[in-house]
Amino acid sequence: MPILEVQNIVKRFGTAEVLKGVSFSLEQGDSLAIIGSSGSGKTTLLRCLNFLEQANEGRIIVRGETLFDASDHILYNDQSIRRKRLHFGLVFQAFHLFPQYTALKNITLARELMAREQADFKQNKKEILEGIQQRGLNLLDQVGLADKRDFYPHQLSGGQQQRVAIARALAMNPDILCFDEPTSALDPELTDEVLRVIRGLAEKNTTMVIVTHEMHFARRVADKVLFMDEGTVVEYGTPEAVFDHPSSERTRRFLERYSEDA
Amino acid sequence: MGFWNVTLRLLEGFQNTCLIFALTLVLALPLGLAVAFGSMSRLAPLRYLTKTFVWIIRGVPLMLQIFIIYFVPRIVFQISFIPRFSSVIVAFTINYACYFSEIYRGGIENISRSQFEAGQVLGMTKSQIFFRVILLQVVKRILAPMSNEIITLVKDTALARVIVVAEIIKVAYEFAATDALIWPLFYTGVFYLAFVGILTLLFGYFEKKLDYFRA
Ligand SMILES: Nc1ncnc2c1ncn2[C@@H]1O[C@H](COP(=O)(O)OP(=O)(O)OP(=O)(O)O)[C@@H](O)[C@H]1O
Ligand SMILES: [Mg+2]
Repeated sequence: MPILEVQNIVKRFGTAEVLKGVSFSLEQGDSLAIIGSSGSGKTTLLRCLNFLEQANEGRIIVRGETLFDASDHILYNDQSIRRKRLHFGLVFQAFHLFPQYTALKNITLARELMAREQADFKQNKKEILEGIQQRGLNLLDQVGLADKRDFYPHQLSGGQQQRVAIARALAMNPDILCFDEPTSALDPELTDEVLRVIRGLAEKNTTMVIVTHEMHFARRVADKVLFMDEGTVVEYGTPEAVFDHPSSERTRRFLERYSEDA
Repeated sequence: MGFWNVTLRLLEGFQNTCLIFALTLVLALPLGLAVAFGSMSRLAPLRYLTKTFVWIIRGVPLMLQIFIIYFVPRIVFQISFIPRFSSVIVAFTINYACYFSEIYRGGIENISRSQFEAGQVLGMTKSQIFFRVILLQVVKRILAPMSNEIITLVKDTALARVIVVAEIIKVAYEFAATDALIWPLFYTGVFYLAFVGILTLLFGYFEKKLDYFRA
């Protein structure tokens, strides 16, 4: 059973149809790279997965459980959306760390707030918070920033901030971790440290959906590549299939443009 | 009139000045937040109504608002038992709530949607996001414009005398008009400068306190 099934997602803003029936599925432990030119709807797709936007049509199914079905016509309340979106994590292009908290606190804050809802929080407060703290430290270590635990975001480089943001998303143990152009806001010399962390996650079989313009990275790291154009899935397959033997003319033209730039 | 006598009388006036200042602040700070949420509401009628109200209040002189709030109940509704002092507080509170609301709105709208969404994707509730993530950033951002507005309030309290509330300048004016004493007028300046000086130090302290992060 695939861990994620996206079925026929349609998203309109007013009269503009930005996603025109996007479908794909993803196996547990696989990483999917989504490529496509600017305005093709990649960010919108990730936002629909994370319930920051509600799709007008289609279904989102995780581990066989239907999280979202537009034909239900229910108005999802805050509480139920909160539960559902925890299946996903999202790393933003511009990090969006919380500026008033240290690197470590950025990672632990949401977990701590969530822990208060546990029935045994009052009795086991100390152990629970220590556990969260320890997990936060492990995550900082995993992204190579153990020595920066008490730094505030503005004291970190862009690459370091993005690595904290990745650790922050991982802290919620999402089934599927999404990245929206995680290196686009970084100076070229800082992209490698972030890509290395993501590659590390791929090696540990973290299920990921990565929107990226880094074609070399997509080819080397992703198990599947999806090419989007004007709100539709034009090509979907292994990196070899998409990059070396694209079946559509549109994909070929897009890739040519990229290899010229590179 | 001796120095101490004048000082004591001026202090009485200054008490009213401080009371107008403190009450306005305590009432207008939260009311302003409510007005700010109204002007950012998703309900279009509420939003337009609030914005029009704010536009009117900020567009006409505070002195006129004091007169209206003082005279309308008395003349139109024949209610005469409302103390002058309450009329002043009502007028000041409404006026300052509108000014504060614009400052809040600027602060909240500018904390980009993205901070809100960053909290949402981590499964935080709306109130957790507001209180744990947004609020302190808003406070930091509005501190400077707020301190300007609050210092203006200190000086605006003098307007209370237009409906014969005895704040400090009115007291000094009486000395000049009836006793031909000019120096009490200058002396009131010392009170204002001391008050504003303390506020400036206080705001400087808060700004320093929030200096540890960038928002
Ligand atoms: N909230 C919105 N309201 C109206 N239109 C929107 C909104 N969000 C996105 N769009 C439009 O949807 C289209 C797709 O946008 P999207 O951000 O998903 O593209 P993208 O593939 O992520 O592009 P890029 O590579 O530049 O990030 C664009 O034409 C954009 O203008
Ligand atoms: Mg985008």
